[in-house]
Formats: sequence, structure tokens, C-alpha cells
Amino acid sequence: MPQSNGSFLGFVHRLPGRRGAELFLLILALFVGIGAYAAVGLGVQGEVPADIVGYGGWLALLVIGCHVVVRFVAPYADPVLLPVVAALNGLGLAVIHRLDLAYAADGSDATPSGFARQQLIWMTLGVLLFIGTLFALRDHRVLQRFTYTSGLAAIVLLLLPMLPGIGATINGARIWIHLGPFSFQPGEVAKVLLVIAFAGYLVLHREALALAGRRVLFVDLPRGRDLGPILAMWLISLGILVFQHDLGSSLLFFGLFLIALYVATERPGWLIVGGGLFLIGALAAYKLISHVTLRVDVWLHPMTYYDKSPGSFQPVEAMFGMGWGGLIGRGFGGGSPERVPYANSDFIISSIGEELGLTAVIAVILLYGLIVERALRAALVCRDGFGKLMATGLAAIFALQVFVVIGGVTSLIPLTGLTTPFLSYGGSSLVANWVIIALLLRISDQARRPIPDLSGPDESADSETTQVVKLTP
Amino acid sequence: MNKPIRTISIFCLLLFLALMVNATYLQYYKAGALDKDPRNRRVIAASYSRERGAILVGRDPVAQSVPSNDQYKFQRKYPQPFKYAPLTGYFSYYSQTGIEHSQNEVLSGDDSLLFVNKLVDLVSNNATKGGSVELTINPAAQTAAFNGLTQLGAGVQGAVVAIEPTTGKILALASTPSYDPNQLASHDLSEVSQAYDKLNKDPAQPTVDRAIQTVLPPGSTFKLVTAAAALESGSYSPDSRVPGGTTLDLPQTTHDLHNENGSSCGGSQITLTQALDVSCNVTFGWLGLQLGADRLRSQAEKFGFGQHYLDDLSPQAISRFPQGDLAPPYTALSAIGQYDVAATPLQMAMVSAGIANGGTVMKPYVVDEVQSPEFDVLDKTQPSEFSQAISSQTARDLTTMMESVVQNGTGTAPRSRAWRSRARPAPRRARRPARRTRGSPPSPPPTTRRSPSPCWCSPAARPAARSPAACCALPSPRP
Repeated sequence: MPQSNGSFLGFVHRLPGRRGAELFLLILALFVGIGAYAAVGLGVQGEVPADIVGYGGWLALLVIGCHVVVRFVAPYADPVLLPVVAALNGLGLAVIHRLDLAYAADGSDATPSGFARQQLIWMTLGVLLFIGTLFALRDHRVLQRFTYTSGLAAIVLLLLPMLPGIGATINGARIWIHLGPFSFQPGEVAKVLLVIAFAGYLVLHREALALAGRRVLFVDLPRGRDLGPILAMWLISLGILVFQHDLGSSLLFFGLFLIALYVATERPGWLIVGGGLFLIGALAAYKLISHVTLRVDVWLHPMTYYDKSPGSFQPVEAMFGMGWGGLIGRGFGGGSPERVPYANSDFIISSIGEELGLTAVIAVILLYGLIVERALRAALVCRDGFGKLMATGLAAIFALQVFVVIGGVTSLIPLTGLTTPFLSYGGSSLVANWVIIALLLRISDQARRPIPDLSGPDESADSETTQVVKLTP
Repeated sequence: MNKPIRTISIFCLLLFLALMVNATYLQYYKAGALDKDPRNRRVIAASYSRERGAILVGRDPVAQSVPSNDQYKFQRKYPQPFKYAPLTGYFSYYSQTGIEHSQNEVLSGDDSLLFVNKLVDLVSNNATKGGSVELTINPAAQTAAFNGLTQLGAGVQGAVVAIEPTTGKILALASTPSYDPNQLASHDLSEVSQAYDKLNKDPAQPTVDRAIQTVLPPGSTFKLVTAAAALESGSYSPDSRVPGGTTLDLPQTTHDLHNENGSSCGGSQITLTQALDVSCNVTFGWLGLQLGADRLRSQAEKFGFGQHYLDDLSPQAISRFPQGDLAPPYTALSAIGQYDVAATPLQMAMVSAGIANGGTVMKPYVVDEVQSPEFDVLDKTQPSEFSQAISSQTARDLTTMMESVVQNGTGTAPRSRAWRSRARPAPRRARRPARRTRGSPPSPPPTTRRSPSPCWCSPAARPAARSPAACCALPSPRP
């Protein structure tokens, strides 16, 4: 497949590891993270935080640690992904820290700097899992063996919050489990597992899905035994999420399924059928499910619901904050992002918009765009179908999640609760996203790795009829 | 599989483009509208912490920000709270009214006129200061107006407006009972809420600016509009003989229209000038019947009835002449300013000012100058013509007639001052109980039939010798 587009992809293939470039970009990313932390101290407390050296050192240790590991275990991996993630995570930590200070100042939280500290611990855990994934998984194709195991595990994980002992309802959505002192959103891990399951299944059945079957009303329907298992897997997970009132994740999984099916079968008909189903489903949900009706009404007329409960206080305050921030923002300490409920998790983009301005919001969106672009590029150059599908699935999840959450916060689409990857406070999401990046790096490492020289010793090198072209790393 | 992946890439690109466009719309194009939303606490909290510009009368501030040592950096102060409250309005954490509201952009420093100042402040890292607003008010006139009202006794509900006829400058605008905006500007928010509740529960409605926000039947002051319509019709002159006497038979009814106290206007046939001298209900009711409701309405609308003309203070009540086909008895009653005719004191002042200014009504305004924090003039309001209500000949005739009112008729108050003024006839009939706005209890009918002159002028209201001020006061009966 890569050979089909010789010149353009050839350029990508000839790229060396570019680890030096990655290190350079990582240093820039560290400037973002540590600089933002210092700016928070300067803006809110009037001085550079006393623990800047310890904090910055720890952040640098984590990030450089990642780099060193990548250099050894995935030397050909994409050099842009890690710096982008490091910048986003560092910025997120600084903003969460700024909100901690605000909560401490108005007395609404008893433990100052609590959230940022916890987030740093989660980040450490995420980095450890990132390193662990890269070490344990030397070839992503191994995961293909776990297609059905992953699918089953995803469903079990999604069901876990429904169990009476450990499940918990927080803010109307039953998507949490409590294990001792830890609380966790299993859905975050389930989405990675579902990507693996979809990719593994579809890569085996794509021909059957695309070619075998009957034509009904302009649509080529695949055979039931080909589509059945994956449809069942998808419907079960979607049903669970709808039952748990987790709109955002339902949307995410639906989109993931459609995109994976489309990429595997190369049939745009799926997109049309899926899009139609989505419209019908969305309309039905709007008519039948009361909290969906409310969400849509609040989205259409945010100002009239401002004083009501449940109402639009949160999105309208976010809009006020972002408008107040304007082009360049009020600067850390200059705004009042803490007015928006859950400013440090779902609504962190409004905090960034208020204090760092439109400039930073666009920059953040572009960084996410870069992640998606690098993931899709890895999918393009990847040599095996499973890797392609997995990279596309992970990219799709990222793009959809960013669109749903940032679009919701900025009132482009109705609000659905999802975390902003790497920025939002929330351990499960952060850890899962670090693992996603590890998987993407692994796929891109495989994709960009030069094809091993499989020819024998040099005996035929002088032959005029055959010529071996050696690729140098 | 690469083709679908490319399609997906384009799809993702569109998603991110949509996000960026939407963020730009929200934070750039819509930001101004969001900042203006009264529920936006960020803007209010920020303006509390900023040195807000002063509202000036002459060179003295009637509203200013002074440094304070609490969570906000500045405290709004009103040195003469009750006298100027109808003009300044208040600046509280929850809302603003009056000039504080209408000139908020200038006072807070966000107006585009102050862009250069803001830029300099930004570069030099100084806190942004608001610009100042200088009012057209003449402090002596305002003091006289306010004192005159308060001397009528505590709890009198009334208002005084004085206009400079040649420009439309409002020289005095007082309304009683008034309130103390300092209480509402307090940084102690529970104190502010209490003050709000107290003001809102007060049946006398102290926060209502009666000069512009309440409409009342103008009564005999409306006879000037009727007289203007009569002169403009061409069928009448100041010396025309018109019916006087004691009663006018109202057609289609069993009722008659009487004069104040049932007195006679001095003969069954009198001149129009004489009729205005004694504010003769019979004559003006008859004139109304002769002219018809349409002519009266059109004349009233030329003076500003039914229109919005004051931009500097809001809300402004719209003065009205009843619409549609009026039955003759109602037309007669409307011609003497009764029935459903209702006007603000400002409107009646504009009628007098229009007459004094040769028939041209100037657009009234309160904001004279907008100044930078360093008191450089950034913008000065230019007087503008609101309408040509009557011809200059009619204006001259009416002026002569009004002087006659002072010399020979009911305009007794200015007579003692010994200066020519554009006076207005006193009502010959006790005013109906004032129209009550929502929320206040109905007042009992007046026990004593007072006949105060509705036009109340003071020498202080004349800033320049040759620029007479048109004044109008409508004290409503004591409850």
C-alpha cells in the first residue's frame, strides 16, 4: 500500500529517526509548561512560585525520561507527538494550579493546590504506563491477537459502574467506579480497547464486509455473520452509555465505529447510512429523553436559561469568560475563571480562553490538530491494515473528543460532558491518553522503520540483472 | 485503505476549522455583546476595581470614584446624592441607571473615544482610567429646582425640568422624592440588597425619575398646544373672538364643561389672548371641537408627543395624545389636557422651549462633553433641531400671549420677579388625581383644591440674560 503513492510517501519513508528534533521540540514544550507555572505564580501571587525548581525539574524529568525511552525502544517514532503532548499537559497543569489558587482564595476548597498535585501524580502514572507500553509492546500487531478479548474487556469495563458496590453516580452520569481511595472512569480505558477490537475484527473481515452480501435499495448490505459480531459489540457499548446518561462517550463511540467501518470497507455508503442513523437517533433522543431536550434547548437559547436550575449558568459563564478574555486574554490572575463550574475539568478551555485569550485557544486547537494529523499520517504510511485501522481509530477518537468538548464549551454544539485530553483534571483520561500516545508512537515507529534488508549476503550485488537498494537508517 | 484515511483527514480538518472559527466568533465578534450583558459579573467586578470617570456639573463632580481599601480598589461617591440622583442614576454591583448607565462606556474607559488613552495605559502598564462626562446642568438652576420641590414639603411627588430653548440643553432636572445612590454603590452587597428592597417597597417610588419617566395629564399647560394648533390653522389670531362664558355644552352628552370653580371667563365673547390669560376651559374645549382631534394630535406630535427624543437618560416615558377617532366630548377634554392626554414634565418644557425658540424645538440633551481622564475634551454634543413645531409668526403670537398671562392673567409667580418670561397659564380646574404607575396605592382625592402654578421658574434658571429658560414642573397632589 505505501508504495502506491511513491514520491510523497517516499519522502516520509526516507526520514531518519529525528530524535534530535524531538528533543529540541520537547525543550520548547517544557518552556510552555514551566513558563506557564511561573506565570501563574507571578500573576496570582506576585512572585515566581518557590517550588518552581522542584516542579520544573520533575516535569523535565518525566518528559526527558519519555524521550530517552523513545530513543531506545521506538527510534523511528514520530518526533512531533511527544512534544505536543508535553506542552498540552504542562499547560493543563499550570491552569489547574491557577484554579486551585482561585478556589483556595475564595474558600470553596479546603486543600489548596490539591488538584494540580493530584494531576501531577496522575501524569507520572501516565508517563510510567507510556514507558511500560512502549517496552512491553514491541510490535503493535501483537494486539491483533486480543481482538475479542479487548471487545469483551471493554464491555465489562463499561458495565463496571453499574455494579452496586463500586459504581457511583457523579453529576447525573453513572460512569465512575470507586476502588478504595481511587475513583476511575473505566470508559476512558474502554475506548482504547474498543479501537483495538474494531481494528482487529475489521481488518480480518473487511473484504467480506465490502464484497459479500446483497444489494437492498442502493445499499450493499454485508452478510449478517460478517457484520453481526461487531454490530453487537458496538450496540452493547452504545446501549450501556445511553443507559448511563453519558452522551459524550456515546457520540464518540458511534463516530469511531462509523469511521472504522468506512476506512476498512472503503465504502462511503456507510457514512451516509451512519449519518442518517445519527440524525434519527439524535432527533429521537431530543424528543424522548428529557435531559437531552434540556441540553439542546440550553444550547439554542443559552441566555434565557441563565438563572434557571438546571439551566445554562455554566455554558453562559464560559461564554462570558471567553468573551472577557478577548484576543490576548486577561493574563493569569486577571480573570475569574473559577466562576465557571468545573473550570478545571470539562470547561478548562474556557479558563484558557479567559486568561490566555483567543490566541491560546487557537494554539491549543492547533496542537490537537497536530496530534490528529500525525496519527493519521502514521496510519497512511503504516504497512499493515491493522496498524492503519488502529491509528485511524485513535486519531478519530482524539478528533471527535476534542470537537465534542471544545465545541460544547464554546456553544458550537450542545454541551456533552467529556474531558479535554491532556488539559483537563482527571486521572483516568490522562492515563488513557498517555497510553494512546504510546500506541501511536509504536505504530509510527513501525511505519517509519526502514524495511529490513532481507537479501542474503552480497553475492548477487554485482549481478547486472538484479540490484539491491539498501535503505540506510 | 489510504483513500478513506485521506477523506477522514479532511473531515477532521473541517472539525478543527469549525472549532477555530467558532472560538474566533465567540472571543472576538461576540465579545462586545457578551460584555454588555447586564448579568456579566466579570465586567461589573472589573469596573468596580477601575478608576471610573467622574460625572461633572460645572467643574464639580456629582459622581466620582475615590480609592478604597477593600476588595475593590475604588468606591463610587455621590457628593450631592438626592439632588442629582435622577441625573446620575446609581452604579451598583447589580445594575446601573441614569448617566452611569448610558455613559458607561466612557466612564469605564471602554469607549472608542478613549482608545488612545487605553493604549497608552496598556503600554505604560498603568491601570485604565475612565473618561469624565460633563452635564449641561446649571448648578444654580438645579439647586433652585431641587430646593423649590423640597420646600413644598416632605413626600411631595413632583419634578422640575428647565431647558435652554436655543440649544435643547437641560439646565435643571429634579425629581422628588429622591434617593441616595451612595447606599446602592456600597461594596457591602448585603447592604446594597437591603437598600434595594427598601427603595422598591417604598410606595412613593423614589428611584423613578418623574421628570422623564412618568406621564401625567398636562392639564392647562396643554392649552398652549391647542392655541398653537388654532393659530397654525390660519383661522384664528390672538385677537380672534372666541366663546367664553361659564359652560360649554359637550355634544352627545348630558354633561357640560365648566371652568375652574365654575367661574366665568369674562364675557360670552372674548379674545384668544384673554382666554389664555384666564386659562379658560370653555374656550379651549370649544377650540378643540372646532379644530378636531387630528389637528390637535398632529400639533402635539410636532412638539414631541408619541416620540422618543432623549438619548442620554433611559427609560423615557413616551408622552401621548389619544389615538384613533375621538368622540367630540373627548376631543374637547383632550384640548384642555385632560382625558387620556399624558405628558412628561420634560415634554411640556419642550413645548414652552419650542415657542420661545421661534417655533423650533431643539432635541433635549444632558451630556454636554465627554472628557479624557486628563479632562481634555474628546467630544462635545452639538445642538440639533428636533422639529419645526410651529411657524415663527405663531411663535411670536404665542410669546406675546404668554407675556400677557404673566401681566394680566394667572401667571402670578413670575410677575413678582419683574422679568419677561414665557409663562404658562395656571389651570382653571383641579387636576385629576395623577395617573399612578403600577405598584403604588391609589391616592385619595386631594382634600384641598390647590391651584399651584404648574410653571415654576426661578431667576437662577436663566444662565444668560437673553436666553430665557423654559421650565415646567408638575407637582402631583400630596397623597
